[in-house]
Amino acid sequence: MTIRVQGLHKAFGATTVLRDVSLEVGDGELVALLGPSGGGKSTILRVIAGLEQADTGEVWLGGKRVDHLDPQARGVGFVFQHYALFRHMSVAENVAFGLRVRGIDAQARRERAHALLDRVGLGGLGGRMPHELSGGQRQRVALARAMAPEPRLLLLDEPFGAVDAKVREELRRWLRHLHDQLHTTSIFVTHDQEEAFAVADRVMIIRDGRLEQAGTPTEILDAPATEFVSRFVGDVNTLDGVVEGGALRLGGLSVPAPELQEGQAGRLVVRAYDIKLWREEGGPAVVHRLVPLGDRVRVEARLADGRLLTALFPQRSSLLRGVEHGAPVAVELTRRWIWPAAGPAAHQ
Amino acid sequence: MSAVMRAAPVRGPLARGLLGLTWTWVFVVVLLPMLSLLWAGLRAPGPIAAALIRPDVLHSLGLTLVITLLTVAFTLVFGAAGGIVLVRGRLPGRRLLDAAIDLPLAVSPVMIGLAFLLLIGRQGLFGPALSQLGVQVAFAPLGVLIGTLFVTLPLTVREVAVLLEELGTSEEEAAATLGASRWQTLWWVTLPNLREALVGGTLLTVARSLGEFGAVLVLGGAIAMRTSTATTSIHLAIEERDLPVATGLSLLLAAASITLVSALRRRGGAA
Repeated sequence: MTIRVQGLHKAFGATTVLRDVSLEVGDGELVALLGPSGGGKSTILRVIAGLEQADTGEVWLGGKRVDHLDPQARGVGFVFQHYALFRHMSVAENVAFGLRVRGIDAQARRERAHALLDRVGLGGLGGRMPHELSGGQRQRVALARAMAPEPRLLLLDEPFGAVDAKVREELRRWLRHLHDQLHTTSIFVTHDQEEAFAVADRVMIIRDGRLEQAGTPTEILDAPATEFVSRFVGDVNTLDGVVEGGALRLGGLSVPAPELQEGQAGRLVVRAYDIKLWREEGGPAVVHRLVPLGDRVRVEARLADGRLLTALFPQRSSLLRGVEHGAPVAVELTRRWIWPAAGPAAHQ
Repeated sequence: MSAVMRAAPVRGPLARGLLGLTWTWVFVVVLLPMLSLLWAGLRAPGPIAAALIRPDVLHSLGLTLVITLLTVAFTLVFGAAGGIVLVRGRLPGRRLLDAAIDLPLAVSPVMIGLAFLLLIGRQGLFGPALSQLGVQVAFAPLGVLIGTLFVTLPLTVREVAVLLEELGTSEEEAAATLGASRWQTLWWVTLPNLREALVGGTLLTVARSLGEFGAVLVLGGAIAMRTSTATTSIHLAIEERDLPVATGLSLLLAAASITLVSALRRRGGAA
């Protein structure tokens, strides 16, 4: 089912949580809402589900406007961060709840609950109580429960936030797999970029109640639309400077900045793996520290004005020859972004 | 709590002194009177047994039992509904309601008895209207019930409200997204989760109903064979130096109280 959200605005008292959010999700897509905590991602999800009302704006599901409808009338499956399983019901009763409220008879409910539990890899655990399961198992019960009434849309609020790293990895793969089988239009919220890129077809970056950018993981990584997106995604260096002679001057390093005007303050954003360093006498930076990270090495180099650049190299890269503490190095930025500097503009 | 106390064991002469003082205090104030009651009972079991089957004594016991059962029924319904409204409701006047519900804990039941008399007594505001309808409240069993309902009002509501806060709304939200109507959510999700609070509130309500004296005395008038409850009968028996009745009823109430206290403690320990 397609989703269209138009001009959502919402405030809780004096705090504005959504500012004119519009987004579209195609039928069968798996989309991630990614952004820092408190940015409004969960609120968007809750507004789509009908658990919150936006102050203004429209929600369309499958071409039908639904923002006046109660959650129970929207046919949306919702998975909560802390599972929200019914604590006094068995696992099977939890899964069957959405069928019970529709008056489906007990026999059919049992069969469907069993089939769903098998599908999520929890066959045979239907008789357990929620508190007898691990976090990962509970989250799978929550998903099976949300899927039981065959929703046309599945919303997952930080679905793997409450389980440990290893289980999270497994659940991610499993969610992607499930989506590839069922093709239920799905949106999940996460503040973990790796999770968003690994699982979703498309990622929407939400910050401070706004949609910053929507695109495929490659688009988000290679063509960030805003300064925030370039900075938020990946392991980045952020350096502020002023444009002189057509280049951003950063303590001995000058980066061509045709997008900015002479004298304008600019911000360089460059990912650690997009920096190349090699030993060169009289180079603009000096190696400060080498940190072995297993398969990679992190090199911290100090610019003439004392600011640090952090670069990542594959272990045993030929570029690392002669790169040691105190060595002067040349710097090349293979991909970088320059934005007008945030905050007060620099005056000449 | 107990973990904290284990972590800092009581040691030294000062601690031993405090412990001794506490024991003495509890012994003098709680255990000694209970023991003397028990002793009085053991000394004269025959007269007490005879006193307990006297019609007026049986009537007072029966009235106490009926009042307690009715009160429990009322507070179960009102406690669940009131707690839900207090915690989940977004109605104007909620804060005032919240404060009003606690009032019976703070004011003396005797005073409230008088307040009710001024309202619904024969000379009271609604007295004439009520007697025209043939309803007698003051100095009638209905008065006893109203007095008991008043003093037990906050108990179940509070238990329910505290638990509801703790539970949060996520299960109810989950039910809504799964298509449950508000009633289905109430019956299948919210109320079953409140079982603990309803049981706890009921135990407190029973204890309070059995033991209430002031409001029941003022509103009911402690008329033998009509409005006298177990507690007011003990009071009358003491006035009339009828020791077997006073001792027998007291022992029965004490046994009930000890049972309730141990049930409450077991529940607290299990939680």
